[in-house]
Amino acid sequence: MNSPDSSHTARPAGIWRKVFSLDHKVIGRQYLDLSLVAVTTGMILSWLMRLHLAWPTRYIPFLGAISREATGGIITPEYYLSLMTMHGTIMVFFVLTTAPFAGFGNFILPIQIGAEDMAFPRFNMMSFWVTFVAFIVLVAAFFVPEGPPLSGWTAYAPLSAVGKDAGPGQGWGQTLWVISIGIFCIGQLLGSLNFIATTLDLRTKGMTLARMPFSTWAWFITAVIGLIAFSVLLPACVLLLLDRVAGTSFFIPAGLVISDRLQPHAGGSPLLWQHLFWFFGHPEVYIAILPGFGIVSHVLPAVTRKPLLGPRVFIVCMAAIAFLSYTVWGHHMFMSGMNPFSATVFSVPTLIITIPAAITTLLWIGTLYGAKMRFNTAALFCLGFISVFVSGGISGFFLAQPAIDSYLHGTYFVVGHFHFVMGVASMFGIFVGVYFWFPKMFGRMMNETLGKWHFILTFIGVYCIFMPMHWLGLAGNVRRYSAFTVDYMKGSIPLHRFITVAALFTGAAQLIFFYNLFRSRFRGEIAPANPWQATSLEWTTSSPPPHDNFGGHHPVVYHGPNEYGVAGKDGDYIMQNSPEPEPVAAAS
Amino acid sequence: MGKVFAIVVTIITIVSTAIFVSHHWWMPPDVSLLGAGIDHQLSETMVTSGILFVVAQLVLAFFVWRFADNNDQRKIKIFPGGATPMVVGAIILVGAEILALTLVGSKIWASIYVASADPNSLKIDVQAEQFAYYFRYAGPDGKFGALHPELIDESSGNFFGLDPANDTAARDDIVAATLAVPVNTPILLELHAKDVSHAFYAPELRLQQDFVPGLVIPIHFTATRLIKSEIVCTQLCGLGHYNMRAYLEVMSADDFKKWLNEQSGQ
Amino acid sequence: MTSLSVESPASPAQTGVWVGIAAITMSFAAYSSALIVRQGANPDWVHFTLPPILFVNTLVVVASSATLYLARARSGAKVDQSASGGALDAPHLTWLYVTILLGFLFLAGQIMAWRNLAGQGLTLASSPSSSFFYLLTAMHGLHLLGGLAGLLYVVYRVRRSSAERAASAYKAASLYWHFMTVLWLYLFAMLATRI
Repeated sequence: MNSPDSSHTARPAGIWRKVFSLDHKVIGRQYLDLSLVAVTTGMILSWLMRLHLAWPTRYIPFLGAISREATGGIITPEYYLSLMTMHGTIMVFFVLTTAPFAGFGNFILPIQIGAEDMAFPRFNMMSFWVTFVAFIVLVAAFFVPEGPPLSGWTAYAPLSAVGKDAGPGQGWGQTLWVISIGIFCIGQLLGSLNFIATTLDLRTKGMTLARMPFSTWAWFITAVIGLIAFSVLLPACVLLLLDRVAGTSFFIPAGLVISDRLQPHAGGSPLLWQHLFWFFGHPEVYIAILPGFGIVSHVLPAVTRKPLLGPRVFIVCMAAIAFLSYTVWGHHMFMSGMNPFSATVFSVPTLIITIPAAITTLLWIGTLYGAKMRFNTAALFCLGFISVFVSGGISGFFLAQPAIDSYLHGTYFVVGHFHFVMGVASMFGIFVGVYFWFPKMFGRMMNETLGKWHFILTFIGVYCIFMPMHWLGLAGNVRRYSAFTVDYMKGSIPLHRFITVAALFTGAAQLIFFYNLFRSRFRGEIAPANPWQATSLEWTTSSPPPHDNFGGHHPVVYHGPNEYGVAGKDGDYIMQNSPEPEPVAAAS
Repeated sequence: MGKVFAIVVTIITIVSTAIFVSHHWWMPPDVSLLGAGIDHQLSETMVTSGILFVVAQLVLAFFVWRFADNNDQRKIKIFPGGATPMVVGAIILVGAEILALTLVGSKIWASIYVASADPNSLKIDVQAEQFAYYFRYAGPDGKFGALHPELIDESSGNFFGLDPANDTAARDDIVAATLAVPVNTPILLELHAKDVSHAFYAPELRLQQDFVPGLVIPIHFTATRLIKSEIVCTQLCGLGHYNMRAYLEVMSADDFKKWLNEQSGQ
Repeated sequence: MTSLSVESPASPAQTGVWVGIAAITMSFAAYSSALIVRQGANPDWVHFTLPPILFVNTLVVVASSATLYLARARSGAKVDQSASGGALDAPHLTWLYVTILLGFLFLAGQIMAWRNLAGQGLTLASSPSSSFFYLLTAMHGLHLLGGLAGLLYVVYRVRRSSAERAASAYKAASLYWHFMTVLWLYLFAMLATRI
């Protein structure tokens, strides 16, 4: 009775149908491919940044050829800031918002709930191509005459709003940035629409909400967060664009003198941009991490061979985090000039949100107790995720308090914090997804030896990159600086060099991952339907799944996803679609 | 491989903690009247977080080491009490910590950022621009001249857009590129931005505040020791952001008077 | 192809429209809060009188919701009513056409309101109040245009098969259209009290 568009049932043929496929599995892979390009770009940008910070006057070969702004192969201060802006924008939007949610979610969610496709395959296809266009528009900013924008991924007004008087990068580069992000919002909203309608309406018989895998719950909750958050970012971008090109003054006050020119705008509020942006921006970071929560909770039982501790508590915690995420945005603005009393108000939910996050972490660690752990690469990245999430979460505890933030705001302490939770934990969540679902997606196993090397080198590497940033922050080292020429920061350069070396080393370790990805596509061992002995529906079908996911039949679900460590049967688990009853006394 | 992970996590935990504890990279000495509260709050948080960090990482490492699948017939075990101790523990321990830190921290925050300045404060007008700070003192008449952005002229040194020809209050205003203040005197800074957003960050004063174009934002402090340190910008303002710096000089009252006289002579 | 889902009796099209309504509501909440903040941030807000045609446009869009309700009620397209064949199709389609016509009339009326303002020298950038006037009406108009596309799609589906077969799309498009009317009433109230 509830069927997605019937146009996908026939096997698509022809290039047009392949490229503009309506199949959620193809669309998921397209999103993942886009993220792969984005993360490679973003990583290269970060290497250039780190090289510049460690050796500001060092000549970088080829750079002068590809970039007009870096004449002579030397990164200028403005180009450094542009690299930084594009690094942040590409990573946050096109990697962390895209891969864990749109990438894996699109491929896996419909299968996990027993559906044949998403609810709106045409909107789904559009959402990918809209996101793709957004990426092209953003990358175009690299090639405009005044260069890419330099106002950071946060694009604070009035620097981002006044136009090219504000300096290099603030002409067409910034305008393209605003347009790109606006287009991205539309892609995300189409995606959220699909995830929500599909999860609510296309679950197969027996798949009650309570029996949905944790990853499905996470994608569903993430879709809801995104729906509300991106619906606010889009208006913010519209207002910013109007200030830039139409002469309005939403964000620009009167009396500004920039480049010796009195600006014509009047009456706007720079803080209005910050409120709108962070109302989106804080939920955004939970959009980046919650799929990772779901994926880790989904994989951990399979690799520990026991049920996740507190499954309902876990879901409630995710929902609580999602709800609270809308109440805390002001903690990015403690120093902003907003009423200082509101800082105290915002710090309360900011600290409270620690509680569900702590509970989920304890549930993961508690799941490890008494386990029979299998240390495949997906498992290792789950364990790594827990470790780095602890580290990143704890540094947040400092920043959540206005009194302490008054010292640490704007320093490398913040950079270390958000890289641990986003750049590392969220990335590790993506790696878990790749190593766990690669066999399902491509019908081949990845190489475990390469995977383990990738893991351990990356794990050590990221701690060497981001832990020292907390020390730099405590010493007052300021972020978004292209060089450390002021007296008191000169002494930090050796530690910056250490970080740079660690970053290059960790970047090199990712080559192992790329090689493994590529090689396994063609030379990996053929994968069975259920290589991990996992319970959820994606493992009941072939690897890769047939076009309609289940080969014409519709699975019927009898159990939740958490039936692991079940005593007294062959294998220690019960698949969700297995009619056998759960044992009365489950493993205790 | 699990054992390797456990060992790596343990080493990372120990080394990181040691470096934090050593204070090798740490805040500079505090020279402000109210800064001690911030330092105290930071230390408290460092200790509690440090304990949580160490315990969590080491328990993780221990469980990974201990509960590997050695292909034996061992049955899995559920954590005693199930999820309940996790929920209760998090709510009580984390909750108590949050309560304590908020109660104390909000007072410290309020004393610096919410409370009004001492009415006898020495007022200094601060303008941030791409890419410098300028400080204006009221001069002998104790009054600040009005600001006219359209009169701003960098080349002639009229950074604030004063109109001394028509504005008597502006005639004796003293403009300097250094923030000189007398020691043990309440100071009120009024921050305004000429072009885009900037920030005032003086680590030794434990003081930070964004400049927001269109607003005049007051912050206040009292410096308790003679020092020469730096004020830097922490709000991205353009290509010269990294180089935007002014010196803070805390002087004796007499030296301050001399300094003011020297400045007004220019 | 149908799925056997007994777990979720709602139709995806319905869910989809509700989700879309949530998103659009949130975005207008963002614009509203921007208006309120901007109005309070600076004493440069210049009030002006709303062009009178706005009142006409409001009546037009409310009427269009009424005609749409009539169209769907008479179409036999309600999910819980049994099909009665094509005999009822002709009159109900007329009401649907009237709805679409009224929708276009509304948009034309909005453009006339803009021209009225521009004639008084009130443009997008001339003052914050006029900025928000153009912005809110343009955004609403854009979304209403989408609603018109939805209604045209329903016409296409009904003519191709029947109202019952297009029931789900009909219901979804109607829901969206009524939301456009309600949204306009909210915006009109906002503009009338604040601009």
